[in-house]
Amino acid sequence: MKVLIIGLNHKTADVEIRERLAFNGQKLEEGVFGLKNIPEVREVAVLSTCNRVEIYTCVGNTAVASENIKNFLSRFHSINRPDFEKSLYLHSGADAVRHILRVASSLDSMVVGEPQILGQIKDTFDFALSKKTTGVLLNKLMKKAISTAKRVRTETKIAENAVSISFAAVELAKKIFTDLAGKAFMLLGAGEMAELAARHLLNNEVKDVMVVNRTYETGCKLAKEFNGKAVRFEEFLHELVHADIIICSTGAPTYVLHKEQMQKVMKERKYRPVFIIDISVPRNIDPEINKIENVYLYDVDDLQEVVDTNIHGRKIEAEKAETIVAEEVEKFIKWLSALDSVPTIVALRQKAEEIKKEELEKLTGKFPDMSETHLKAVEYMATAIVNKLIHPPTVALKEDSEDRDELIAMIEKLYDINGDYNEE
Amino acid sequence: MGTLLFELALTAYFTAAIISLRDIFRGSRESSKLLLFITGAGFLLHSVSIIYRYIAVGHLPITSMHEASSFFAWCIVLLFFFLEYRYKIGIMSSFILPVVFILMLSSSILPREIRPLSPALQSYWLGIHAFLAFLGNAAFAVAFGTGIMYLLQEHYLKSKHLSGLFQRLPSIQVLDEINYKMINLGFPLLTLAIITGALWSESAWGNYWRWDPKEVWSMITWFIYALVLHVRLTAGWRGKRAAILSIIGFSVVLFTFFGVNLLLKSLHSF
Repeated sequence: MKVLIIGLNHKTADVEIRERLAFNGQKLEEGVFGLKNIPEVREVAVLSTCNRVEIYTCVGNTAVASENIKNFLSRFHSINRPDFEKSLYLHSGADAVRHILRVASSLDSMVVGEPQILGQIKDTFDFALSKKTTGVLLNKLMKKAISTAKRVRTETKIAENAVSISFAAVELAKKIFTDLAGKAFMLLGAGEMAELAARHLLNNEVKDVMVVNRTYETGCKLAKEFNGKAVRFEEFLHELVHADIIICSTGAPTYVLHKEQMQKVMKERKYRPVFIIDISVPRNIDPEINKIENVYLYDVDDLQEVVDTNIHGRKIEAEKAETIVAEEVEKFIKWLSALDSVPTIVALRQKAEEIKKEELEKLTGKFPDMSETHLKAVEYMATAIVNKLIHPPTVALKEDSEDRDELIAMIEKLYDINGDYNEE
Repeated sequence: MGTLLFELALTAYFTAAIISLRDIFRGSRESSKLLLFITGAGFLLHSVSIIYRYIAVGHLPITSMHEASSFFAWCIVLLFFFLEYRYKIGIMSSFILPVVFILMLSSSILPREIRPLSPALQSYWLGIHAFLAFLGNAAFAVAFGTGIMYLLQEHYLKSKHLSGLFQRLPSIQVLDEINYKMINLGFPLLTLAIITGALWSESAWGNYWRWDPKEVWSMITWFIYALVLHVRLTAGWRGKRAAILSIIGFSVVLFTFFGVNLLLKSLHSF
């Protein structure tokens, strides 16, 4: 029994291939059952997201199973093998364990540390459980993957910081205002960039939206979309007093807001904090404004810098996470290899018990008038001999040693037993 | 027994202060749970030790520096738990528990013997007057802690250098809000403490105001916090300025508390 993972992701396959191999909707159930019926495949679970398709299996013979799975994929998705084969990666044994633990911990994601993948792994696991396509091994592996991901989440700061400009802006806004609900919002310029940034912030249910634009009509249109009101450009200074968050992207060649103007506004606001995001290039807001008390002005470069620092931070955290993953892989492999020898131990004991039973039966056949007491004594002796004889090999099998596989093979040969893994 | 409880509480606060300081560099949800548990245990032990002392001396135990520091610390922890319950800002412990520990430590090294209370002070006013004053000062201590947090977070935001504690500190709005609320709580308590003190003084000595150094410095404290509240409402001195003022205010509180007793001759010194 070996863990085998066959899959592809955003690094190995472009979106076209990923789409064609995806197990969407109804295809997932069909696919999982189809895979389960492949010879040499004993357990299976399928993860299918927009960035990756991965098939987690427990197989007998790795080479045969992987061939079969590839053929199945080709047939199932009606795609020629050469078209997707080079995009596939195969992991087996410890490598496979490491891979699934890294995937669940979001170390293999396009944006390292993004949180969705863990949920997707959980869904994969739940689905497999409900369809009963997994067994002891994969169940344990999936649980391990989930617990490792949780450990990574709590012990490192991998998912802590925003890694896109708009999320960085939202995050900053939340460090200035506790929550954005009830905050008044001004869009200075109705350009595409401003609109995009606004949408991100508006998810957080800000209260009022004011849209300022040189062309009043364009402003009106956008304001309608946000359920806000349009403000004429000439009047925006008056309305500025009410705005808690300002997103500026006017495309003007010079500053549209100067320090002196802002100072006046702040005084009128009684210095309640203001967060200004200037995403226009060239900048539309005098950078000196950041020096005014309780005004927090960030331009595109500032935000980009925040994002860069965060990405760098995530990389450092990812290294810590890799150590955690390595630890957990080791634990799992230990469990796995102990599992390897269990069937052999069981078979060995079974064989010994059988011999004992046979010989006792022969004995009672030969001496039918043996007294109950004597029979008990003989039985007792036989049990003792059996136990003493199988004790050393059992201990050796349970020990965690390098050459356990050889040992298993040797003992199976010596005692003429077959410890093939049995699901029941 | 009371001593043992006090020592145990001191140990708990010490542990909590160490964990909370370590949290500044590396904190997790587990450690903050542990922290609350230890502080909670310390608080219980501390409360019982104060009750013991109360029974032993027969009045609110605040008439020696040992008792006063201990009671001051107790009031701060009380407010800390209230705020933790209300706002759940884990990192706040790092800015408050060390203050608690320092107060407890100074309490533990100060002489603990029970001295008879001078007849003038034997009055039911003692409990009321002192409790109001201590709780008020504790509120100012918490305002001081959040003031420091505010300045830190404001610095991160202004400098655009979002490292260190930036993620763990709450928004400046919340910090400003707590700071304001604490001063808003401390100020009336201090006012009432001064009024009850004056009434007591009148009934004991026949005059409301005796120019005792403690009285004078309490009045200075009162003026500072009155100013903090006034300029906030009229001139919009919120945020950074309020934070700085609350830090200055607390330094004066500490001087009134320790300095007057140690350096100046006062009816309030022990």
